[in-house]
Amino acid sequence: MKIVGISGSIVGSKTRTAMNYTLKSVNEKYPAAEVTLIDLAEYDVQFSDGRSYLEYEGDTGFVTKTIMEADAIIIGTPIFQASIPATLKNIFDLLPVNAFRDKVVSMLVTAGTPKHYLIVEQQLKPILAYMKAQIVQTYVFIEEKDFHRKEIVNDDVFFRIERLVEDSILLTETYTKIRKEKEAKYDF
Amino acid sequence: MEKYRIDQSKGLEFGLYTLGDHIPNPLTGERISAEQRIHEIIDLAKLAEQAGIDFFSVGESHQEYFATQAHSVVLAAIAQATNKIKIASSSTIISTSDPVRVYEDFATIDLISKGRTEIIAGRASRIGLFDLLGYNVRDYEELFEEKFELLLKINEQEVVNWSGQFRAPLNNARVIPRPQNGSMPIWRAVGGPPASAIKAGLAGVPMFLATLGGPATSFKLSIDAYRESAKRSGFDPSELPISTAGFFYAAETTQQAQREVYPHVNQGMQLINGRGYPKQHFAQSADTRDVMNVGSPQQIIEKILYQHELFGHQRYIAQMDFGGVPFEKLAKNIELIGTEILPAIKKYTAKK
Repeated sequence: MKIVGISGSIVGSKTRTAMNYTLKSVNEKYPAAEVTLIDLAEYDVQFSDGRSYLEYEGDTGFVTKTIMEADAIIIGTPIFQASIPATLKNIFDLLPVNAFRDKVVSMLVTAGTPKHYLIVEQQLKPILAYMKAQIVQTYVFIEEKDFHRKEIVNDDVFFRIERLVEDSILLTETYTKIRKEKEAKYDF
Repeated sequence: MEKYRIDQSKGLEFGLYTLGDHIPNPLTGERISAEQRIHEIIDLAKLAEQAGIDFFSVGESHQEYFATQAHSVVLAAIAQATNKIKIASSSTIISTSDPVRVYEDFATIDLISKGRTEIIAGRASRIGLFDLLGYNVRDYEELFEEKFELLLKINEQEVVNWSGQFRAPLNNARVIPRPQNGSMPIWRAVGGPPASAIKAGLAGVPMFLATLGGPATSFKLSIDAYRESAKRSGFDPSELPISTAGFFYAAETTQQAQREVYPHVNQGMQLINGRGYPKQHFAQSADTRDVMNVGSPQQIIEKILYQHELFGHQRYIAQMDFGGVPFEKLAKNIELIGTEILPAIKKYTAKK
């Protein structure tokens, strides 16, 4: 199983910190999984110009192709100005229609204020649904006060991240199994 | 319809088209050479002609997994190897070519083929050629509209006066040689949403509509929009032919057809678009209401007649070689078309 974690911003450190915990948890619980972290701050990704994702080169090509080859994607994102960051939206714009078909996508959010809690429901999930993702409905919402100097200091967040990882893998395994059984019945 | 060499008393025209893709056979993992692929395309055109198929066309795509970038050269070889089948491009990307050169090439092919040649001009669904040939993809729409207009003008007038944004002006320029009958059918290739179909209608140009998969009724929207806009523009829709183009594969039973072709379609899509063809969608395509003509000859006949009733189109062209389908299977398909599918289609669609 190929799992790709995305840290969706080039600003700040909290999302990356939370993603480090998340992918560490994946590695510990599911050592057989092939895990890749794409921290957008470490890549020079160009804006989408409408071409097929296969035609991008360099960092942009690496990022799009790695995401398209994933079985499961865990998106980590901060909330800026009551929305997802432009860097993350650009990733969606770089990918084709239906890019997340047969992929499981789960979400982890860091935010400066609890007022942003529903941004995921209202803005991120509709994009994922449009792109045909199997969405892990429950997401982890982490606030500023849960961090201290690049570490998570709220035990509850650890437990929630652990459950997010379990749910992501469980849904991927279940969905893949059910889909394969269904496809085997087609007889072509 | 005569202007476009369509005789409706003979029924729906049936054609074959290839994108000229050059993809490994997914069952063996092996890819034939470009040389063999090109020869097989020429041989396919000959077989099609022998089976009574009306039309054969070749497309251009300038990227990995394709072999007919120089599609007009392949068409010239087909023109020489055949005697009565109509031949065309499917499509010529006029946006990244010089319309004068395209017209010279196709007029020459028309002379070689003795009046059997047509041009289908498109905007490109794969845009690798913009970089390769030195064009800016941001001019995607304008390049097509301007150059397509010029192409149509050259077809109407031997001496052309023209100026535009993307090509040097033409002052009393004679574009020769002329096709056998002075002009030739030029179609606009249309895919996706109705916007492009509307443009074809407004210009009163015949339309080739890509109908790869999904319910036939969805494509009816583009066809209605086309006829409606042609009418609004002062053209008589009953004088403007429409052709559809989509996936095709016939075998003894529908199940066998699906089983044989799915790996090819899936791999072709995966390599060219980066996403395979979902099995769930492919399973639904066996339904008569779905536009994809994959199935037993009887099922395909039913589908094509249903589509004809819905669209009232004049030509259907089938793409059956996508994704490295081996030649002997293509030959078998042509046999089924010639012996079972064509006679039934012609019988039920001939206009009395």
